Amino acid sequence: MESKADVVIVGAGINGCALAYELAKRGKKVVVCEKNYIAYGATGRCGAGIRQQWATKENALLAKKSVEIFEKLGDELGYDIGLRQGGYLIAIHDEEGLKQAKKNVEMQNSIGIPSRIISQDEIKEIAPILDPEGMEAIAATFCPTDGHANPFKTTYAYAKAAKKLGAKIYKFTEVKDIKVENGKVKKVITNRGEIETKYVVNSAGAWSRKIAEMVGIEMPNKPVRKEALVTEPLKKMFECMVISFKHGIYFSQQEEGQILGGIPSPEEKVGYYTQPTFSFLKHMAYMLGKYAPPLKHVRILRQWTGFYDVTPDALPILGETSIDGFIQCNGFSGHGFMIAPMVAKLLAQLICGEKLDMPIDRLSMERFKGKITEEKAVVG
Amino acid sequence: MKIVCRCEDITEEDIIKAIEEYGCETLAELKQLLRLGMGHCQGRTCLILAAKILARKTGKNLDEILPSFRPPVVPVEVGLVGGEDGK
Repeated sequence: MESKADVVIVGAGINGCALAYELAKRGKKVVVCEKNYIAYGATGRCGAGIRQQWATKENALLAKKSVEIFEKLGDELGYDIGLRQGGYLIAIHDEEGLKQAKKNVEMQNSIGIPSRIISQDEIKEIAPILDPEGMEAIAATFCPTDGHANPFKTTYAYAKAAKKLGAKIYKFTEVKDIKVENGKVKKVITNRGEIETKYVVNSAGAWSRKIAEMVGIEMPNKPVRKEALVTEPLKKMFECMVISFKHGIYFSQQEEGQILGGIPSPEEKVGYYTQPTFSFLKHMAYMLGKYAPPLKHVRILRQWTGFYDVTPDALPILGETSIDGFIQCNGFSGHGFMIAPMVAKLLAQLICGEKLDMPIDRLSMERFKGKITEEKAVVG
Repeated sequence: MKIVCRCEDITEEDIIKAIEEYGCETLAELKQLLRLGMGHCQGRTCLILAAKILARKTGKNLDEILPSFRPPVVPVEVGLVGGEDGK
C-alpha cells in the first residue's frame, strides 16, 4: 500500500470514484480507501435517476451541469455508463402544488433546464401506463433531458478511468483514524497501513459522520434507511421516471425492462438497520398499482435497503472545514448520484487551487449556523 | 461458450473477464457488474457455479465466497423428502 499521497478519498461510491478521476486527471496522486467494495453503499442501492427539476437553485445547477457531463461521460471515460434520457415526470396533486411547480419551472427555465407543466392528457401521452386519477394528479411537470444511468457501470467507469491515470483504489480497506497536527490533516490510518497526506476527502456517504468525528468535527447528517424493489423484466412500456413529492414515490422501467422504485416506508428509521420490511413492500405495491394499474399483475423479484445520508436542509455538504485539508463531500440526502459529475469537478478544482466553475461556499457546513433554506423537492 | 446464469445470459467468459479486468473478488461485485443472479431465479442456479469460478481464479476457499445456504432453499414437501419406506 502507498505510504504517501496528495489526496486520500474515504469511500468508493460514485462521488469518491468521480473525484478520484477528476484529481488523477489533474496529476494528483490519489488513494481511495473503501471499507467494502466499489458502490457498496448508497450508490449501488439507488434508483440512479438523473433529475434537474429541483426547487433550490444550488441543486438545479449542480444537476444541470452534471447532465452536461453525463451526456459525454461514456466517451470521456472510455466505458459505457448506460445513460438514457427518458425524462422525469413529476405529479402535481393540488393548486398549491401547481403554484410551487410553476415557480420551480420558472427558476429551472431561467438557468436553461427545459422543464414544463403538462396536462393530465399529456401524462397519458408520455406514459400510457399511468392513471392520472389513481395518481391523484391534476397535472405534472416534465423535463425530457432528465433520465437515468446505470449506477454500477458509471461508478466502475470512473474507477477504471481513475486507475488508468494512476489512482489507487483499495477495496476492503477501512479508515480507522485520521491524524491532525496543528490544525492540518497529516495521516490516514487504515487496517492495511498508514498514508501520509495533506488532503482527506470525506465521501463516506451514510458513514461520513463517523469519519468526521475522527478529526473532531461534529456533523448534522443522519443515516436514514430507504427501501426499493424491482420486478421481473417486461417489454418496454414507458421511458420516463415517475415521481411525486407528496407520496414520495419514484419508479421507472430500467434498461433490461424491470420496474424499479421506492417510497418512504411506514417503518423508516434513522440508523444502520438493513432488514427489508414487509410494510414497505405492501405500501409500494399498493401505490404502484394506483399509479400504473397494469403493473398490479407484474411479479416482484426482490427488495433491498440502502441509506440516505440526510442533512437538515437536504442539500449536500461540500468543501473546506475548520481542519485544514479535511474536505467534505457528503450529505447528499438521496441525490448524490445525479450531481456527482459536477461535484467531483468542483472539489477537484478546489483542491488544485483552480477557479471554480460555480461557487460552493453556500454548501459548506457553516450554513447550519444561520437560517437554512430547505430543499423540498425530495422523494424516496 | 458456457452459460452460467441462464436468467441473464451470462457466460463463464463474462465472469472471468469481470475478475481479470475489473478485479472482482466477491459475488456481490459480479452481481453489480454483470447482473449475475438478479434474474427470475434470483441466483439459485448460477451463484454456486460463479463462486466456483471465483474460487479457481482468486485462490480463495468456497466458504469465503458463498453466503450461508440453508437448504432446501426451494420449499419441498416433507413426504417427498422422507419417502414412503425410510430409505
